[in-house]
Amino acid sequence: MKQVYTIVVFTENKIGLLNRVTSIFTQRHVNIESLSVSDSEFPGIHRFTIVIEQEQEKVEKIAKQIEKQVEVLKAYYFKDEDTVFQEIALYKVDLSTIDNKESLFQIIEDHGAIQNSTIGDLLIIEKTGHKKDTHALFEALQPYGIIAFVRSGRVSLSRYAASFSGHLEQFELHSKEIITNHN
Amino acid sequence: MELVNEQQNKAETSTTPMKITGAEAVIRSLIAEGTDLVFGYPGGAIMPIYDALYDFQDQLKHVLTRHEQGAIHAAQGFARVGDKPGVVFATSGPGATNLITGLADAKIDSNPLVCITGQVGSHLLGTDAFQETDVISISMPVTKWNFQVTKAEDIPGAIAKAFYIATSGRPGPVLIDITKDAQFAELDFQYKKCQGFRSYIPKPRLDFEKVEAAAGLINQAKKPLILFGQGVILSGAENEFKHFVEKTGIPAAWTLLGLSAMDTDHPLNVGMLGMHGNYGPNKLTNEADLIIAVGMRFDDRVTGDLSTYAKNAKVIHLEIDPAEIDKNVKTDVALLADAKEALHALTESVSPNEHSEWLAEFRSHDKIEQEKVIDNELRPTKEGMTMGEVIRRVNEHTNGDAVVVTDVGQHQMIATRYAKFKQTKSNVTSGGLGTMGFCLPAALGAKLSRPDREVVAVIGDGGFQMTLQELGTIFQTGAAVKVIILNNQFLGMVRQWQQLFFDKRYSSTELVNPDFVTITKGFGIEAQSVDARDNLDKGIEDMFTHEGPYLLEVIVEKEDNVFPMVPSGASVSDVRLS
Ligand SMILES: Cc1ncc(C[n+]2csc(CCOP(=O)(O)OP(=O)(O)O)c2C)c(N)n1
Repeated sequence: MKQVYTIVVFTENKIGLLNRVTSIFTQRHVNIESLSVSDSEFPGIHRFTIVIEQEQEKVEKIAKQIEKQVEVLKAYYFKDEDTVFQEIALYKVDLSTIDNKESLFQIIEDHGAIQNSTIGDLLIIEKTGHKKDTHALFEALQPYGIIAFVRSGRVSLSRYAASFSGHLEQFELHSKEIITNHN
Repeated sequence: MELVNEQQNKAETSTTPMKITGAEAVIRSLIAEGTDLVFGYPGGAIMPIYDALYDFQDQLKHVLTRHEQGAIHAAQGFARVGDKPGVVFATSGPGATNLITGLADAKIDSNPLVCITGQVGSHLLGTDAFQETDVISISMPVTKWNFQVTKAEDIPGAIAKAFYIATSGRPGPVLIDITKDAQFAELDFQYKKCQGFRSYIPKPRLDFEKVEAAAGLINQAKKPLILFGQGVILSGAENEFKHFVEKTGIPAAWTLLGLSAMDTDHPLNVGMLGMHGNYGPNKLTNEADLIIAVGMRFDDRVTGDLSTYAKNAKVIHLEIDPAEIDKNVKTDVALLADAKEALHALTESVSPNEHSEWLAEFRSHDKIEQEKVIDNELRPTKEGMTMGEVIRRVNEHTNGDAVVVTDVGQHQMIATRYAKFKQTKSNVTSGGLGTMGFCLPAALGAKLSRPDREVVAVIGDGGFQMTLQELGTIFQTGAAVKVIILNNQFLGMVRQWQQLFFDKRYSSTELVNPDFVTITKGFGIEAQSVDARDNLDKGIEDMFTHEGPYLLEVIVEKEDNVFPMVPSGASVSDVRLS
């Protein structure tokens, strides 16, 4: 059964690694629903958060292929219930074309969104939430004319105490005792 | 962003610093890694490196192939029979893109290669400069690792890392792309071999509880079958493997790349797996109660239809690459480790055993195959010559001691089915990618790697014409490769499929060939053609007694087929004998 999985990847900070990771999805004809890359709690280590909708078996194989890349430290995958995740969306509307501004502001408030900034007549609305929440606001704002809309990739943290730092120690330990394979 | 973190990268060999150009640093780094032979082709963006090479010709020989594809296949052949990675030079743009087929081939067949490409100057990157191509992006899915160097001081570290990655763990090709300005610029050169970095664990640690679990399954099994692949050869585990097989008495069958890891005449060697493999191992896979897979990856050409594959068997998988576990076949016990270490531990833990009744089943299948297929192939009574009888005569001459290099097609399947091997690292073929044109350059590389060994190249008339320009390189190097063209005047393997599965509609598979003997002689290489059985012995004799390279064309039956055959998508137990 296909469901949403979040793949979290810790990598060295290297040019082209994003390409290498995404080509693993391309080769398997898997669409990436969302992707975000940032630093992590460890200096020099990047964190990729990739959302796909797939069967678990396929997700597991993809995670293994990602982890196989020599500059990838670790790949994990999670179901939604195992993580806390968020996305952020921005919406641009033109206040000069909106007669009933009060109702617009009410919608913003009801959705727990904020007025991020106004530039002349332009208003940027900001909403943090899951896709269904940011999408609901999108629908509600549509009658007012959305000039531009953007939703970020998902960011996600697991619900568990166990962290990547344990693994990192192992990696560091291991890298001190590596012996080459060819004699 | 530093390429190599100094703390992570401890010194093994270290030289005192000296100021040299990036180009010279490339050469000195290769020499420090023990490289004494490079295959390549020059061009604008790599000229500084070729210029630096000029001063080191006594330490680092260069083989000028006639095409970059030839260079990389030669490097593959070099690596497959020797114990060093293959090293390749190519220029930017078309030089670099001509490497792609070889990279893909080396990646899927786990050949250790270090490829160095020149690149346009870093100030020109992204300007569509003359002969600029984004080889890093293009080669990403077909390399184990790749890296672009734009600063001279990063060259030694990048090359050290390249060698380490190419040769450790599951080996593979790596590519270093060096901008022209980095080749010209100077650096303080000091070489340190790479001994590891934190994101890469080449050898997983063997789990001894798993060893015990595997031994338990092995001791209980009534009909166990060992499937061995190239992992045995890559980890140098041939002896450990032999001990394991002999102690347990379990029949062992090989994948195309596992061939030569074990003596082909060993009583427990039950032959080849897969599409054109032997009758017994294919049929009996589905009767086995235990599969012990060693350093192989359950390729679809081996397994046929997965949903009916080995359903009565538990599966033990000895494998160095975690991504291979459960990829195609679900494992009961995964022994993630280097094969040598895992086999040693497993052999200690298992009880000595014999499986004579089970083995007898293989023998009776062999008998059927012998009567229905092998006799006709090796000792035909019809007029036209078969590919098999040529290979039989090669065996008589080489005694199983030669390196046999094959191209792709019917001749490949016949040669690997019937060639005898006593020594490991003697079978060189393009397995996973099935690259026509691989054989001739790979045979050249193999001969240059092991000049002490007889190297026989077996090629189809189709594949020969994909890289035949490498006859020029064979002539120039004098490499005494013995080339046999099995000429059926067809793209035989495709024709076979057309005959069996496309109503004999021979769409674009018939070849009108040139005169191969004249062509070969034009390259300065001795050659003869044999079109009648009476002349075959002499032809083979002439080829082997000739001192230098030699090409023997044998005109074989036009429309012979390779059997047994597991039709694609069918179950291995549905293997056909005709
Ligand atoms: C580069 C490449 N192109 C196409 C193929 C598909 N193919 C596989 S076998 C084969 C026929 C090979 O013919 P030949 O070299 O004459 O060998 P034969 O099968 O007759 O022994 C072809 C075209 C391939 N494997 N590689």
